Amino acid sequence: MKSAVVVFPGINRERDMARALRLISGREPALVWHADASLPPGTDLVVLPGGFSYGDYLRCGAIAARAPIMDAVCRFAAKGGLVLAICNGFQIACEAGLLPGVLMRNAQLRFICRDVYLRVERSDTPFTRGYNAGQVIRVPVAHGEGNYIADGETIARLEGEGRVLFRYSSPDGMIDPNWNHNGAMNGIAGILNERRNVLGMMPHPENHVEAAMGRTDGRGLFAGLVDHYKAAA
Amino acid sequence: MKARVTVTLKPGILDPQGKAIEGALRSLGVAGVTSVRQGKVFDIEIEGADRAGAEAALESAAEKLLANTVIENYRIELR
Repeated sequence: MKSAVVVFPGINRERDMARALRLISGREPALVWHADASLPPGTDLVVLPGGFSYGDYLRCGAIAARAPIMDAVCRFAAKGGLVLAICNGFQIACEAGLLPGVLMRNAQLRFICRDVYLRVERSDTPFTRGYNAGQVIRVPVAHGEGNYIADGETIARLEGEGRVLFRYSSPDGMIDPNWNHNGAMNGIAGILNERRNVLGMMPHPENHVEAAMGRTDGRGLFAGLVDHYKAAA
Repeated sequence: MKARVTVTLKPGILDPQGKAIEGALRSLGVAGVTSVRQGKVFDIEIEGADRAGAEAALESAAEKLLANTVIENYRIELR
């Protein structure tokens, strides 16, 4: 799996992401600068990592979404290429129109930095084939604007088409407002685009991939992607 | 030419920051405040004297960057 991690000014999770990709795919990802106009030839997976691009000025992800590289990322996605957008990357993907909806200020107005539980809603996608549907994983979040909202019609479509991949849940997989840390509609933590090749999620699976990190729950996402490309090859 | 673009949240969009400001005003004892919605103001200077051209440029700025039209409305004023 040949992956490319896009680096925007103010991003700070690109190295965590590169480390997870190197560890699990066995291949060094390319780091692509935001001002570049193209992705490395043969890229299988594009990652928009977490951080604080442009200091979250204007709106989170708004300025990065208009960076030169994003035209190439949008073309890559339009051709069916897989895009993984984490945290600030999710905000960038929404601002760029790759995913519907908006990530608003957390409902309780606080920055949240802790582990959360996520229920994996389905396993028949390249992003979640490393998990079982209904499985609960524990991964960190670190965000102030992760409160996913969209209009009623968009939410109905996301739900109806099975495009919600991760939901904030209790440790035993119950969807409960008490475990919905940021107030996201329907506890949405991660969604797919219409074509199902772009995943946006607020939590950081790349931070739970090896024993030294305390847990390895995030590994399944990357291992699943690697399997997806092995199966395709 | 000077212009002002005002970006506000659409009605019905939850505004936690506005709510927090509303609560703070109440705790400061400011009387009669029943609701606060917060937004952004952009003061922009545009060269030339072509009003129609400036309006088109500001419209494009608002649509492309200043507002996220999924959740926000904008108003353009040219002076």
